[in-house]
Amino acid sequence: MKKTTSAIYISGLLAFFAGAAQAAEDVGSRNLAAACAACHGTNGHAVTGMSALAGMDKAYMVKTMQEFKTGKRPATVMHQLAKGYSDDQIGQIAEFFAKQQK
Amino acid sequence: MERREFIKLASAAAALAALPGCATSSGGKSIGRVVVVGGGYAGAAAAKYVRLWAPDIEVVLVERDADFVSCPLSNRVLSGGKSIKDLTVSYSKLGSKYGVQVVHDEVTAVDADKRTITLARGNTISYDRLIVAPGIDFMYDAIAGLNNADAQKKVLHAWKAGPQTVALRKQLEAMRDGGVFAISIPKAPFRCPPGPYERACLAAFYLKQHKPKSKVLILDANEDIVAKKGLFTKAWKDLYPGMVEYRANSELVDVDANTLTAKLQFEDVKADVLNVIPPQRAGKIATSAGLITANNRWCGVDYLSYESVAQKNIHVLGDATLAAPKMPKSGHIANQHAKVCAAAVVALMHGGEVYTEPLIANTCYSYVSDTEAVHVAAIFKYDANGKTMASVPDSGGLSSAASDIEGMYAEGWAQNIWADMLG
Ligand code: HEC
Repeated sequence: MKKTTSAIYISGLLAFFAGAAQAAEDVGSRNLAAACAACHGTNGHAVTGMSALAGMDKAYMVKTMQEFKTGKRPATVMHQLAKGYSDDQIGQIAEFFAKQQK
Repeated sequence: MERREFIKLASAAAALAALPGCATSSGGKSIGRVVVVGGGYAGAAAAKYVRLWAPDIEVVLVERDADFVSCPLSNRVLSGGKSIKDLTVSYSKLGSKYGVQVVHDEVTAVDADKRTITLARGNTISYDRLIVAPGIDFMYDAIAGLNNADAQKKVLHAWKAGPQTVALRKQLEAMRDGGVFAISIPKAPFRCPPGPYERACLAAFYLKQHKPKSKVLILDANEDIVAKKGLFTKAWKDLYPGMVEYRANSELVDVDANTLTAKLQFEDVKADVLNVIPPQRAGKIATSAGLITANNRWCGVDYLSYESVAQKNIHVLGDATLAAPKMPKSGHIANQHAKVCAAAVVALMHGGEVYTEPLIANTCYSYVSDTEAVHVAAIFKYDANGKTMASVPDSGGLSSAASDIEGMYAEGWAQNIWADMLG
């Protein structure tokens, strides 16, 4: 019993450090994407009530954000938030989330 | 290592004993220590994100309370839609998942030259960088009749979630049908600009069900409704007709706590339940640490790193900071400060450069009934000329109308932002 818990703890910790090393690759996109985490969960891992962004296909996210911007896709809040980001910034953010494990 | 041992190691006493060793929970050598003071929306997120992004930095979080209790959503305790338990989150995962050493105590002093803090229990802890996120303190010295503990028990603020929130709900439950619930709002800036008007909605929601002859009277020191004006006035008119009265330019001068009388400049207003949201300033430790730079109340910061403009190696986050124009004192903004600061602290401690193009978001949801909510949103970017944060043109905005779906998203926001800081 004790072994199991500590094994889970250690594997969790390894995953945590691996994630940190990966994130260090591109600090700019990591920083931009962190703003989304308040609603969509840390690194895009939503807990409930909002869509998860972790592992989302990059092309799908870029297209969806554009559709929020133009109003093609109806939204309560994302149309207002998406308009705050340039196409380049959206590309960076989408790249970051696409790299996160689902 | 046995889990029991690990927990013991992470416990406050052991953490303090182990501090001089500078070992990180990864077993490697730590490159330095960050101490965070205050575990609210800003401080807890900063502690977690420094560890998330730099496992080689040791992080100690000093927090007075045993658990986190959220201010956002706490007005729903008044309407009966939530209990305080629903708004309470444990600090335990900061230790078990991220290796943050959580110490439950109060910081009594900061020595910026020696880079140490002193705890109420007497220990000192040294830091390489200090992150101060003390929230707000109330300026009771500005309201003579409220400047004692007895009066403060009768006239509640309920502007820090917890026992005061529950006590205010009890006062509403005990109020007679036909009574007046008065809310006094201080001059801006204050914590959570839409909060007082949301409170009026949710008190009216409760009173409409249980004491329909009662009134909600808003005494606002400001010359107009500070946030989401159209959405709130519509809610008062449509959902609670005749129940909510709004009075602008009604700054509180004094209070008689025994008769529950709000003294304004030209008149006295007697209430059955009187709720005074006092004027605010940065939490006490900001004063003793020499961080106050604006109006004797707020802490000026560099918006690229949240480093204090007054003290080197000390960063200030959240409601205690001097806000850039239009940037509200909100939980969401506090979360965003935390990440910009965490990124800067990690970069600086690794000998790197601070990121110069931060973009941060704000979204404040407010409930207007037990199910329907509205929001205001904005995106801010760094303005290098003005050295401030400015809203990105054409971004942001308000809800078009109150809705149940936004009530659900408001709940989703809360669950996710709590997990983003503590989960
Ligand atoms: C205030 C909370 C909030 C923030 C902050 C936020 N979102 Fe959203 N997001 C939502 C909501 C709510 C929806 C559902 C659409 C709507 O009603 O606006 C959504 C939907 C989405 C979707 C569509 C998901 C799907 O399954 O198709 C994407 C993609 C998305 N958001 C990306 C982002 C990105 C990228 C950021 C950061 C730049 C971000 N969001 C920040 C609340 C938020």
